[in-house]
Amino acid sequence: MEIRIDNLTKKFGDVVGVEDLTLHIDDGEFVAFLGPSGCGKTTTLLTLAGIYKPTDGLIRFGERVVNTVQPKDRNIGMVFQSYALYPHMTIFQNIAYPLKLKKTPKNVQNERVRQVANVMGIGELLDRRPGQLSGGQQQRVALGRALVKEPDVLLFDEPLSNLDARLRLTMRGEIKHLQKNLGITSIYVTHDQLEAMTMADRIAVMNRGRLQAFDAPDELYDRPKTLFVAGFVGNPPMNFLNVSVSQSNGHFLAEAETIQLPLGADRGEPPARHGGAVVMGIRPEDIQIAADGDVTGEIFVVEPLGREDLIDARVGEHSFILLADTEKQHRAGESVSLKFDMTQAQFFDPQTERSLLWHH
Amino acid sequence: MSESDTKAKPSAAFLQSRRNALRSYLGAYGFMAPAGVLVIIFFLVPVAIVLYLSVTNLASSNFTSDLARMEFIGLKNYETLLNDQFARKIFFNTIFYVLVTLSIFNVSLALVVSLLTTHIDRSAGFVFRALWILPRITSPVVYILIWKRMMAEAPFGILNQFNELLGQPTYNYVSTNPWVFVVVVNGFIGVSFGMIIFTSAIESIPKDLLNASLVDGSSRMQRIRYVILPLIRWPLLFVVTYQTLSLLTSFVEIQLLTDGGPGLYRTEVWSLTAFHRALSNYFGNAQWGYGSAFAVLLVMIGVVLAVIYMRVFRFDELVAEPRVEAL
Ligand SMILES: Nc1ncnc2c1ncn2[C@@H]1O[C@H](COP(=O)(O)OP(=O)(O)O)[C@@H](O)[C@H]1O
Ligand SMILES: [Mg+2]
Repeated sequence: MEIRIDNLTKKFGDVVGVEDLTLHIDDGEFVAFLGPSGCGKTTTLLTLAGIYKPTDGLIRFGERVVNTVQPKDRNIGMVFQSYALYPHMTIFQNIAYPLKLKKTPKNVQNERVRQVANVMGIGELLDRRPGQLSGGQQQRVALGRALVKEPDVLLFDEPLSNLDARLRLTMRGEIKHLQKNLGITSIYVTHDQLEAMTMADRIAVMNRGRLQAFDAPDELYDRPKTLFVAGFVGNPPMNFLNVSVSQSNGHFLAEAETIQLPLGADRGEPPARHGGAVVMGIRPEDIQIAADGDVTGEIFVVEPLGREDLIDARVGEHSFILLADTEKQHRAGESVSLKFDMTQAQFFDPQTERSLLWHH
Repeated sequence: MSESDTKAKPSAAFLQSRRNALRSYLGAYGFMAPAGVLVIIFFLVPVAIVLYLSVTNLASSNFTSDLARMEFIGLKNYETLLNDQFARKIFFNTIFYVLVTLSIFNVSLALVVSLLTTHIDRSAGFVFRALWILPRITSPVVYILIWKRMMAEAPFGILNQFNELLGQPTYNYVSTNPWVFVVVVNGFIGVSFGMIIFTSAIESIPKDLLNASLVDGSSRMQRIRYVILPLIRWPLLFVVTYQTLSLLTSFVEIQLLTDGGPGLYRTEVWSLTAFHRALSNYFGNAQWGYGSAFAVLLVMIGVVLAVIYMRVFRFDELVAEPRVEAL
């Protein structure tokens, strides 16, 4: 089912939930809504589900405008962060509930529930109640309940946030696998960028009720169009630095006080043309500690992450987050030379916060 | 001091912890003491006195305030009561009054009001519920006067004035249909209790659960039936139990409205009889002993009902271990 959202606004009195959102989702696509808490992800999802009525704008499922269609007539399945299983019903009754409401014959209900339960690996739990299940099992039941009615659209609202890290990893894979197999158009709300990056075909990045970007994960990562997207996508986050970029006889140079970084023409030309102060962004993995570095600094903090060390290095007033091999055993206080891979540098207009490199 | 002696002797730290435990134990009782004293003075002692009075023939004619000089007559009051030709009628009046008021108003209407006011705009719902609380917080005398004024005979009653305006015949509502008034007047007071309990129960159902039901394909009515009602089962049973007992013992409004009439015991209920016999006999002869027998039986009926409710509704399943453990 293709979903087209045009200029959607939802307000609660004066509080803006989501504003002027335009988003076209293809049939069978897996789209993630990514953004910090309170940015309007849930509001958008519940508006799509028909729980909230849009204040303005149009929502279309296929050709049908669904703005005023009751939730029960939208044929959607939804999975909640809290699982939202009915505590007074058994697992069987929970999964069968959508079918019962559709007046599906008892024997068909029975068959479908068992089939879905087996796919979800909860076949033995059908007689229990939600309270007797672990979080992971409950989430499987919730997924089963959403799938059992063969929905046209699947909506997920931070479904894995309450699970432990390991389970999250497994479920991430399972959900993605299921979605691809069934080909159901899905919207997956999360504030966890790792989930969004690994699962989604395209990610809609939202902030303060507005859409910031809607692109494939690697696009967002490599060619962020706004400062917000650059800072929000990627973990550890991108380093930012106010610089001025100048050109002298074909060579470009980004400067900030004592820091001087030479640039290629493809990255250096647009900020140089913009002139004045710009914001430079550079990802942690694009800064190396090397003997032949561009600038010297001092290690302020070392955070061992296991596979690598997260290092906060200070150059004068400026702080850079970077990743280093644990083997090197860097210590706080150590003086290091930093090498910047400027072919990956990003540049933004400090006023509009838009990228100087990537336009639409 | 032998070696085994030192072993048997509890350590100083252990003794200290025992002393702490004792202190917190005494502390707990200390905090309960004021309420405990009140319960004893204003509940247990009166109950004991009433129990004693019910086996004496204390009345206006042989009044004494000295318990020792009251005449003990055994179960004679109870015997008289069982043979009282009106006791039977009053007993069934009471059952009728409690059952009808409870089922129509204190439970059903309370449920309807709370379901309606939780399905509309929050502030509008709040206003409606506030209106429904008015009968409860109005002084009974004022409240009953309002009703009496509305229902009074022509030419005084407001309703009858409308009847006259419209050229309709006038009625003496209270004497033609006394039960309707007794039930409605009490019912309007009774709604608010269940309404408050049900509303808070409905509002404490997680939003996700309610949304999930709609997304799963329920209409709002189906959601009430399959999700909301089952989830407020305990508050429902609690209201049924509590309001049964509360209606059994309430009589002020009936006393003010019909005083058990019109005619002989038409709307007289058990608790009102206890009051009439003991404190307000027509013939100026207050029969404290006999009235107490009515009161004692009412308490017994209440206790039996409470036990039955607790068994049938399995309230023990509701009681959880204390969450806060004292060390
Ligand atoms: N029912 C509501 N009434 C009033 N304000 C709401 C309601 N739901 C959400 N909001 C507000 O709308 C904004 C977006 O909320 P939400 O969509 O829940 O964010 P997210 O899911 O991205 O964390 C927040 O400022 C929130 O306070
Ligand atoms: Mg949310």
